[in-house]
Amino acid sequence: MDKHLSSQFDVELSGISTRVLEMGGMVESQVAQAMLALTQFSEEIAVQVIRTEERVNQMEMEIDRDLSTIIARRQPTARDLRLLIAISKTIGNLERVGDEAARIARTVRGLVQTGVLGRLRFPVSDVSIEASLATASLRKALDAFARLDVNQALEVIRQDDEIDREFDGLLRKLITYMMEDPRTISVSIDLVFVAKAIERVGDHAKNLAEQIIYIVKGMDVRHNTPDAVADMVR
Amino acid sequence: MDAKVATPTADKIKVAVRNLNFYYGNFHALKNINLDIPEKKVTAFIGPSGCGKSTLLRTFNRMFELYPEQRAEGEILLDGDNILTSKEDISLIRARVGMVFQKPTPFPMSIYDNIAFGVKLFENLPRVEMDERVEWALKKAALWNEVKDKLDKSGSGLSGGQQQRLCIARGIAIKPEVLLLDEPCSALDPISTGKIEELIDELKSDYTVVIVTHNMQQAARSSDYTAYMYLGDLIEFGPTSDIFMKPRKKETEDYITGRFG
Repeated sequence: MDKHLSSQFDVELSGISTRVLEMGGMVESQVAQAMLALTQFSEEIAVQVIRTEERVNQMEMEIDRDLSTIIARRQPTARDLRLLIAISKTIGNLERVGDEAARIARTVRGLVQTGVLGRLRFPVSDVSIEASLATASLRKALDAFARLDVNQALEVIRQDDEIDREFDGLLRKLITYMMEDPRTISVSIDLVFVAKAIERVGDHAKNLAEQIIYIVKGMDVRHNTPDAVADMVR
Repeated sequence: MDAKVATPTADKIKVAVRNLNFYYGNFHALKNINLDIPEKKVTAFIGPSGCGKSTLLRTFNRMFELYPEQRAEGEILLDGDNILTSKEDISLIRARVGMVFQKPTPFPMSIYDNIAFGVKLFENLPRVEMDERVEWALKKAALWNEVKDKLDKSGSGLSGGQQQRLCIARGIAIKPEVLLLDEPCSALDPISTGKIEELIDELKSDYTVVIVTHNMQQAARSSDYTAYMYLGDLIEFGPTSDIFMKPRKKETEDYITGRFG
């Protein structure tokens, strides 16, 4: 973007964007760590993820406060205003990603404490696959935000369907486990919640991508199919 | 901008500008302007100094004719009649298209006479009706309560904001169809500015208002349509909400976001 007459305004805008990316990186690694806790049955890692949530929440509030200050002082318009509105929504989504990661971590901590996870076989690696898709989407969305890349945002929107399909498959699989061996019901239900949390991470990545399109194109593409969005943007 | 007419709206058109060129001597100040001013809406002209926005405004009532070296070519259609070539008396045109200037310009007479003076030129009203007209205009301009007890006092004794509202009252007293405001708030404090913006909002139920302003926030707050001009060209014209949220042209975006320079 071209520079403002006020270079201080440029500093403020780029500063707040940088911190959004920082917050995004934080929640992305939170999700990855929560998955690591699951695959390694590590209570210690799970506890770390839960602790990080506090910092993520703090960061959301700080960015929100700075947004209000910039709007009050600069009265931004057009693209600048769209950027700030989009950031306000983006950090809300990122904070929820953090919540989902913490939710996964709490479930893992419970599972590790009961010790069931090690004794019976579960499709943990399938959960990992879904999670790696979701974190990849989130990373891609953050990357698209950094470069204001509409095409990449479109890819993220398309990928959400893939994550949803993965979740549906996983759900069927867990239902089969429960039907075959009632001893697995309790853990399976926990894993359903984990899988659902990951699916939500994918949704948040998609929301981020929609905000990027709003910043660049000024279009509200929410509540449309990926194909419709691609048409609108073209 | 191409010769295509900028029509932002399906609203009825009050003033249609067609292929307008304006010259200060040899200087080409407005370059083939085409745009439609919707009736009973507020239209704002914005742009950096020297872009031609005040020049354009002053063609709407042929104010430029006061200066011999200035000339306009093209058409300005007021309800379909070209006022540039109209044989109608110029003061009648100016009665239909009123104007308020940047600096308050009260006449050196009483508050009452400031309003009545213009009315007397066009209408011969009995005293009672004239009183009513003065009260009506001052009430419309949100000044009545502040001056009703001192109508016989001089207009120049009022504060800047009051003087400007007096000038607006004077402008509307003759019941024009179009009211041109050339930076009406640039010499005023925020409270007086707020009152005048409130007034502009009221006025559009009866009048077509065109305002030139340097203050982009003022255009954003008080206008329905905004035209962005630069170096004598009309760059973009559209609904104010579009111009300030999602302008079509990069030049407009650069200007309103403060990237211009």
